[in-house]
Amino acid sequence: MTQPRPEVLQKLTPVLTKRWLSPDAWQIGVYQRLDGYQAVRKALDVHPDDLIQLIKDSGLRGRGGAGFPTGLKWGFIPQGDGKPHYLVINADEGEPGTCKDLPLMTYDPHSLVEGAIIASYAIRANRAFIYIRGEAVHAARRLRNAVREAYAAGYLGENILGSGFDLELVVHSGAGAYICGEETALLDSLEGFRGQPRLRPPFPAVAGLYASPTVVNNVGTIASVPYIVLGGADWWKSMGTEKSAGPMIYSLSGRIANPGQYECGLGITLRELIELAGGMRPGHNLKFWTPGGSSTPILTAEHIDTPMDFEGVAAAGSILGTTAMQIFSDQDCPVYNTWRWLEFYHHESCGKCTPCREGNYWMVRTYRRILAGHGTYADLDTLQDTADNIFGRSFCGLGDGAATPVVSTLKWFRDDYLGYIEGRTAPRLSEKSLVGAH
Amino acid sequence: MSETALEFSSAAAPLAEKLLGSAREILARYPAGRERSALLPLLHLVQTEEGYVSPAGVAFCAEVLGINKAQVGAVATFYTMYKRRPTGEYLVSVCTNTLCNVLGGQEVYDRLSEHLGVGHDETTADGRITLEHAECLAACDYAPVVTVNYDFTVDQATPESAVELVDKLATGERPTPARGARICSLREMSYQLAGFADPRDGAVGDGVAGAPTLRGVSLAQEHGIAVSGFHLDTPITKTKPSPREEAAQKPGKVATAVQAATSAVKAVAGKVTEQRPPARTTGDVKDPEVRTAEQRDSATKAAAPVVETPAEQAGTATNVPAGDGKPAGDSTRGERIVSQGTEEEK
Repeated sequence: MTQPRPEVLQKLTPVLTKRWLSPDAWQIGVYQRLDGYQAVRKALDVHPDDLIQLIKDSGLRGRGGAGFPTGLKWGFIPQGDGKPHYLVINADEGEPGTCKDLPLMTYDPHSLVEGAIIASYAIRANRAFIYIRGEAVHAARRLRNAVREAYAAGYLGENILGSGFDLELVVHSGAGAYICGEETALLDSLEGFRGQPRLRPPFPAVAGLYASPTVVNNVGTIASVPYIVLGGADWWKSMGTEKSAGPMIYSLSGRIANPGQYECGLGITLRELIELAGGMRPGHNLKFWTPGGSSTPILTAEHIDTPMDFEGVAAAGSILGTTAMQIFSDQDCPVYNTWRWLEFYHHESCGKCTPCREGNYWMVRTYRRILAGHGTYADLDTLQDTADNIFGRSFCGLGDGAATPVVSTLKWFRDDYLGYIEGRTAPRLSEKSLVGAH
Repeated sequence: MSETALEFSSAAAPLAEKLLGSAREILARYPAGRERSALLPLLHLVQTEEGYVSPAGVAFCAEVLGINKAQVGAVATFYTMYKRRPTGEYLVSVCTNTLCNVLGGQEVYDRLSEHLGVGHDETTADGRITLEHAECLAACDYAPVVTVNYDFTVDQATPESAVELVDKLATGERPTPARGARICSLREMSYQLAGFADPRDGAVGDGVAGAPTLRGVSLAQEHGIAVSGFHLDTPITKTKPSPREEAAQKPGKVATAVQAATSAVKAVAGKVTEQRPPARTTGDVKDPEVRTAEQRDSATKAAAPVVETPAEQAGTATNVPAGDGKPAGDSTRGERIVSQGTEEEK
């Protein structure tokens, strides 16, 4: 294991992760000693419109994958329309590889609660919901405790800190459906229906939860807000790049010496991140990786110096996504990995639209055949054709996400596919394992 | 709690006797007229009694919300955490999604399956353990991971450490999880999933952050690296007075003092639980799809984003609705396949 060079260490920007070092920061007393609930006091002395402008000025972009400018999203909420407004926080973390929101909610839950109060005040919402993934039980436990503490301290409820602003905050657990991370599916689920995506427009800013103007933001986005309110837009922009401002939690996993969460300014490269993580595991050489979860096109060793910001990754033909970097080596098979992801997408497809429901069904079967050693050359065209017909033709991003590992591995690693078809690679799936496959 | 006006069918009555109080608390979390939002927590709630969503559980949810059983069933069968058969005391989940899979999760699952003699979503004969292979559990930096009743119990699992875990569970022992709270039963966990506090004293404080979670921030601390230029009192540009300032100007000092006193009284009184009529009259609210379709035409113009800066432009570009980017019909890919003479298309 190698020690990272000082100039690479300087790229670390502990902001959102800083309180994780304090084991009791989940308690309100400790949180308050660590600058907690200072931002909400400051925000309540400012007009909501000025807060929206502050967030616009900071250049904060959504941390959930799409990178939409947060201030702009808040600004879309029509004011004075006489309708109730809602803030819904997407805490349905489930994108394969992504593991940044759960620790944040477990070890620093009040930062999310504080961000929720400020964001609700800015968009004039009197009700906010945190839709947390069902399986995230310990994070939910801590979060519910934080909400209770915040009510007792007068940060939630009626007339918060004498400002005349009221807010009810509810933590709502999901029940195990990946699709509910898609914002409109999440809203349907929160309304008590099957979590299936809605056709847009109308966008949630106009007709979201209960057909009312709604902002849906990721956990990391909302938890960033108190820091911007305290430190200002210019300080926030001192990290990251011009168009991708601020710090970002990079989640590194796979064949590296020290997997974990590394918070750095946007724009750091994989080479530098691997250096921070102590290098590759002994005997492993980088072969391919996901820049932001399995739904983003995979990149290869040649992309190791790509700046990991929204623009840099897009220029390399992929998407920054959730900065969940799953790192695979020459000992991993891109065909096998893609098959396993597809089993996931097949299982999680909500069934609403045909390309995703049927396409994933058939692609999974084609992969099983290839990996069992019975593939044909035509199978590769079938895969490409199916993926092309899912991508851009599905109701929501789940279908696109399923198609991307297929298209990108076919592009970069066609020979690995041919290995199974031409009998150069030993089959990975036996007849026996195919029988029991779900 | 107000006296119940609800009458339950014979199927739902036994559950109603035990769960109606909790059900009412759940309903109170959502706006009046939007009680259907309580359906997911209510389904978690019925699992606290039965360990799965039984026909009686479906009936209970339907009758509490004033919707029909088919509507409840449609939702219950959509989500994997609602079990359709009785489950064990412990749900042992092994992540076998790609990353955990290649780091050994599949071997862990296979060994457990063999050792326990059960397959996916099956329960041991003694009713103790239900095994499942799970999709990404959001702990890839600890791969492969095993959870018990969804709490992270074994990190960097091996077949041996996983077998050791289930052997302990089988004998009634409750080993301390790696990063979750002390183990409870699946039914007790369902109560928390329904949105209630963990009743066990101190459980919320259980579990410390593991080394991978803290890796980056510890590295920074070790080398004395911090983000400079952070000042809590950095001013925010004000273009208009805040509502608080406006309120302070209008009614004068006396009124402000009265307002402050009122809020102090409110704070002492604590949060008053909202009183609401029994939910039975709510009925089903309009299907979101129907509703959004009604709004679609009028909303189209309003939703068009106003692009201001290059950074914002980059953001809005990714926000086009799926499916609009391509012409209808077949892609050129299809023609290529035809020209190659495969039998997929004619």
